[in-house]
Amino acid sequence: MSFQLICFYAFAAVTVAAALTVISVRNPVHAALSLVLTFFSTACTWLLADAEFLAIALVLVYVGAVMVLFLFVVMMLDLDLDPLREGFVRALPVGLAVAVLMLVEMLALIGVRTMQLAPPADPAAAAGLSNTAWLATALFSQFLLPFEVAALILTVAIIAAIPLTLRRRAGLKTQDPSRQVRVAARDRVRIVKMAAEKPAPQPETPAP
Amino acid sequence: MITLAHFLTLGAVLFCIAVAGIFINRKNVITLLMAIELMLLAVNTNFVAFSRYLGDPSGQVFVFFILTVAAAESAIGLAILVVLFRNRATINVTEIDSMKG
Repeated sequence: MSFQLICFYAFAAVTVAAALTVISVRNPVHAALSLVLTFFSTACTWLLADAEFLAIALVLVYVGAVMVLFLFVVMMLDLDLDPLREGFVRALPVGLAVAVLMLVEMLALIGVRTMQLAPPADPAAAAGLSNTAWLATALFSQFLLPFEVAALILTVAIIAAIPLTLRRRAGLKTQDPSRQVRVAARDRVRIVKMAAEKPAPQPETPAP
Repeated sequence: MITLAHFLTLGAVLFCIAVAGIFINRKNVITLLMAIELMLLAVNTNFVAFSRYLGDPSGQVFVFFILTVAAAESAIGLAILVVLFRNRATINVTEIDSMKG
């Protein structure tokens, strides 16, 4: 058994254990933290498959951005956990049965015995490139249009998330910049000419 | 020597754990979203393995796009979740049935 295989088994065991924790713990914060561990150890198995760029991207994008977003949301919501847990024990046998059945079917489909392919030489290294350069060559030539569309999807998601969560509360005092710019001096101050009501006071004579 | 079957088995196990998670956490939207992330991770593992063993960069490019779409999906999903909690004060799926006939 080579060192790489031992590493693969270790990372895969951590991945599966953390994934089981994600679906079974009661507290959503703990589930999110277990999901972070799952992503980390999966990134390690991707490194063993010579996909360095995607492994680092998974850690940066998922652990760095998406899971932090998850944790923010979970901690902001004041959840009552008990009603969310009811039915857990009742659904457990069904869920387990379906999952085990699916797993058996998938493994039969994969054909574990017949798929014992030895890995070919690393295609990126064979082309004399790093994994990132190998991926980028395909991404920026053959897949340039999908790449642009992906950028568009991200922009739409950013813009859509803002109006979704925007809240207009009644009675809130805010500034309206366009009205502030449009205002003129005559809207604010009115100068009125009028006769004086009272004669000007006499200069006081000093007391003798 | 890590064979293709190792990666495919890991992907299958992760996917089945996610399916079981959807079955047993039917009331909690946050856990459902996390199970969907696990499913995407399982699929990505398969893509990476096939890309490596077929020597084709298309698989890894596809993983890149899946990561993009999944990030957008969870951002929108969590935004909807926040709005839902603000309006209904619950994220229990069984209580969100106002469109039920």
